[in-house]
Amino acid sequence: MNYSNLFKIALIAIAANKMRSFLTALGIIIGVASVIAMLAIGQGSKKSIQANIAEMGSNMIMINPGADMRGGVRQDASSMETLKLADYQSLKDECKYISAISPVVNKSGQFIYGNNNTPSTIYGVNTDYLSIRQLSVSDGDMFSDEDIKSSAKVCVLGQTVVDNLFPDGSDPIGRVVRFNSIPFRVVGVLKKKGYNTMGMDQDDLVLAPYTSVMKRILAQTYLGSINCSAITEGLTDKATDEITTILRRNHKLKEATDMQEADDDDFNIRSQEELASMMNSTTDMMTILLGCVAGISLIVGGIGIMNIMYVSVTERTKEIGLRMSVGARGVDILNQFLIEAILLSVTGGIIGVLIGVCSSYAINLIAHWPIYIQPWSIVMSFAVCTFTGVFFGWYPAKKAAQLDPIEALRYE
Amino acid sequence: MNQNNMDSKKVVIELQNVKREFLVGDEMVHALRGVSFKIYEGEFVTIMGKSGSGKSTLLNQLGCFDTPSSGEYLLDGVSVRTMSRPQRAVLRNRKIGFIFQNYNLLPKTTSIENVELPLMYNSDVSSTERHDRAIEALKAVGLGDRLYHKSNQMSGGQMQRVAIARALVNNPAVILADEATGNLDTRTSFEILVLFQKLFAAGRTIIFVTHNPDLANYSSRNIMLRDGKVISDEYNNNIQSAAEALAQLPPSTDE
Repeated sequence: MNYSNLFKIALIAIAANKMRSFLTALGIIIGVASVIAMLAIGQGSKKSIQANIAEMGSNMIMINPGADMRGGVRQDASSMETLKLADYQSLKDECKYISAISPVVNKSGQFIYGNNNTPSTIYGVNTDYLSIRQLSVSDGDMFSDEDIKSSAKVCVLGQTVVDNLFPDGSDPIGRVVRFNSIPFRVVGVLKKKGYNTMGMDQDDLVLAPYTSVMKRILAQTYLGSINCSAITEGLTDKATDEITTILRRNHKLKEATDMQEADDDDFNIRSQEELASMMNSTTDMMTILLGCVAGISLIVGGIGIMNIMYVSVTERTKEIGLRMSVGARGVDILNQFLIEAILLSVTGGIIGVLIGVCSSYAINLIAHWPIYIQPWSIVMSFAVCTFTGVFFGWYPAKKAAQLDPIEALRYE
Repeated sequence: MNQNNMDSKKVVIELQNVKREFLVGDEMVHALRGVSFKIYEGEFVTIMGKSGSGKSTLLNQLGCFDTPSSGEYLLDGVSVRTMSRPQRAVLRNRKIGFIFQNYNLLPKTTSIENVELPLMYNSDVSSTERHDRAIEALKAVGLGDRLYHKSNQMSGGQMQRVAIARALVNNPAVILADEATGNLDTRTSFEILVLFQKLFAAGRTIIFVTHNPDLANYSSRNIMLRDGKVISDEYNNNIQSAAEALAQLPPSTDE
């Protein structure tokens, strides 16, 4: 039996019953499309929840100098003067797992504009600080790298400071406020962030170039701390290890040998463990949820395909009997049904992928739900549905091909 | 044609003491209890018997759907008893043309595709030859003008003609008809019988299984079965013409 004849037989059989062929393919189309759309919505929600949590700064890492011991008395936390700009520079240059890094120095004091004044804290930082702390500028601009190089006397005000210094609601941009006696020109205003969970006002701050604060206010060469962001929340641990290694090398701390114990770190690294664990549990939950959604839609789609394939082949038992009585061998029947099932399943699968992808984007456009289509969801739904289609097109045909031709002919 | 000049003819079918038993539950059913006969090329044989006579079992044997429990069946000189299912399928494809009571055409498929069907399973026949032979067979049964009609657009008589064309297209050693007129009205039955007699006149070997005793008048030989045995095997020296019988029927009121 040659395959071109079988192929022709299969095509004639498909064309002879267009409605049945269409319905069979439709089972697969719906199966594939619904799985893709469900997963796209699920993945989209997962991504958007992850992004929301990440916005809270779950990947932030803070490096503080260690606490000194003087005569057996532990001093204030961060009392050592061990973090230098050189550390900042080498972390910035060498760390592979961090996406943003900023030195931080700060000083509390009184801000004055005209006859208004307010106590606040000035933070000397660089431009990365905004993304690390998830801050953004609502009016004006952030100061520039040029301002940092030139230790310019410019600042960006938090909303609370603006409210206290400009109670009449006038525009602070371009005005000059004084910190103690040093004038700073206001270039921008931060977007309001509100209170954090500890009850601290996150808008009560002023940002200025770290060079300006170090030279003009503090006159010091060491840093209060270094803040940075790991590339993702999951890479926080790796980033922490990397930072430890670099800082220990920079600070010439001895590693453990047979003769002596290792030197203690002269710095502390803190990450957002509470946020990170919340992020992890949420992500895990979403992954399980998505797995269930995918599994259930695949089972539902698969059973639909199974039914229509099984019924349509069983309905053709008589035809199988006739074909065998005019000389088709069992293997010819099997091959014919296999070719039909493959043609219908693959065509249906391809159309299903197209419809699934298009409807996902349509949902995104019309309902504004976040969607994200992962390639594996397309591959998996296509593979599972097509395989189910082919198997349940083949299996009943195999059963029928084993029947006596006469019995099959009498089948009602 | 009579029995004497048959000896020089080729034997198409030879049954030698064919027995067929089935086990139904604990009971052994003897459907055929030793059937022997020879059918020569060019004969038109009717096989008759009531239900339970072993008629269907014999037809299954002749059609190579089944193999004997004992005895020998030679189709065109080939022993069928030891053949596997696929071998018998190929044998059916090359040597036998089937005509069924309920036509068994592929639904929603054109006449020509239905007639081409047996040749589709014979890779020795090219697609052009297949097409030509199907047209030829359809013309032979008087359906040259209905090549592309679908099976659900035709009357019973037309469908049976397509089925006959399908049985002719592989140029078989024997045509096996199972109650081929059973689903048709009297007039159409005679039309089909006329066609069978034409094929007989053209030298085809035909076996027609039926329970209708009238049909024996139109065949050249009649074999009667009862309880799994041949009870009579008679040549008909006075074959009636189906065409004449058709002419004597009252005119149809349908058309």
